[in-house]
Amino acid sequence: MLRLTEPVYLRIVGHCLDGLPDEACGLLGGGPGTGKVTVCYPTRNVAASARVYTVDPKDHLKADRDAEGRGLEIVGVFHSHTHTEAYPSPTDVAQAPDPSWHYVLVSLKAGPPVLRSYRILDGKISEEPVVVEAR
Amino acid sequence: MTVEVRLPTVLRPHAGGTSSARAEGATIGEVLQDLVRQYPGMAGQLITDGGQLHRFVNVYVNDDDVRYLEQLDTKVSEEDVVSILPAVAGGGQ
Repeated sequence: MLRLTEPVYLRIVGHCLDGLPDEACGLLGGGPGTGKVTVCYPTRNVAASARVYTVDPKDHLKADRDAEGRGLEIVGVFHSHTHTEAYPSPTDVAQAPDPSWHYVLVSLKAGPPVLRSYRILDGKISEEPVVVEAR
Repeated sequence: MTVEVRLPTVLRPHAGGTSSARAEGATIGEVLQDLVRQYPGMAGQLITDGGQLHRFVNVYVNDDDVRYLEQLDTKVSEEDVVSILPAVAGGGQ
């Protein structure tokens, strides 16, 4: 299960909407192994594309250091799909960097944003429930 | 010389779970080779068979991404901290 604080949830969705028409991306900070994300790090998409994303490596380093300073770790990544479902694409699976991470997808395909979360282990995708908590 | 190398979570199991290692070298390429010598489980994850930095990792000297410096030839000195992070990418296609 992935637990997001409400401010994190809103920041994820807001950053994805702000990124339109391109895909937007960012990193998620939390206590390792807790399944809870308490900090959202919006990052630049250096691919600047509606079809692919690459987290800006400098933003990643900054986020990693900030998380460490708070006693947290980067525990996942989020990105938007601007015209497909909130499900990992073959590219997402092939490039999933860390089996311990949560992979959050936000579909902006139609109507309100749809947020889902997955684990990706050895190329195998499994969806996990997402709970938004007040804090 | 010896520098501190910060490891991403995905590589830590190859280094006994530690988040930081020490490695020797005058350039990033030498430091990464020394890391692989110490932790053979990292072979193939840092440097390609063709001798290039693997595209699935980003390597930094202090605050700078070595891809914007001299790649594997980037020089390091004793006080430098080398950080390795996964390159995070994907997309809906």
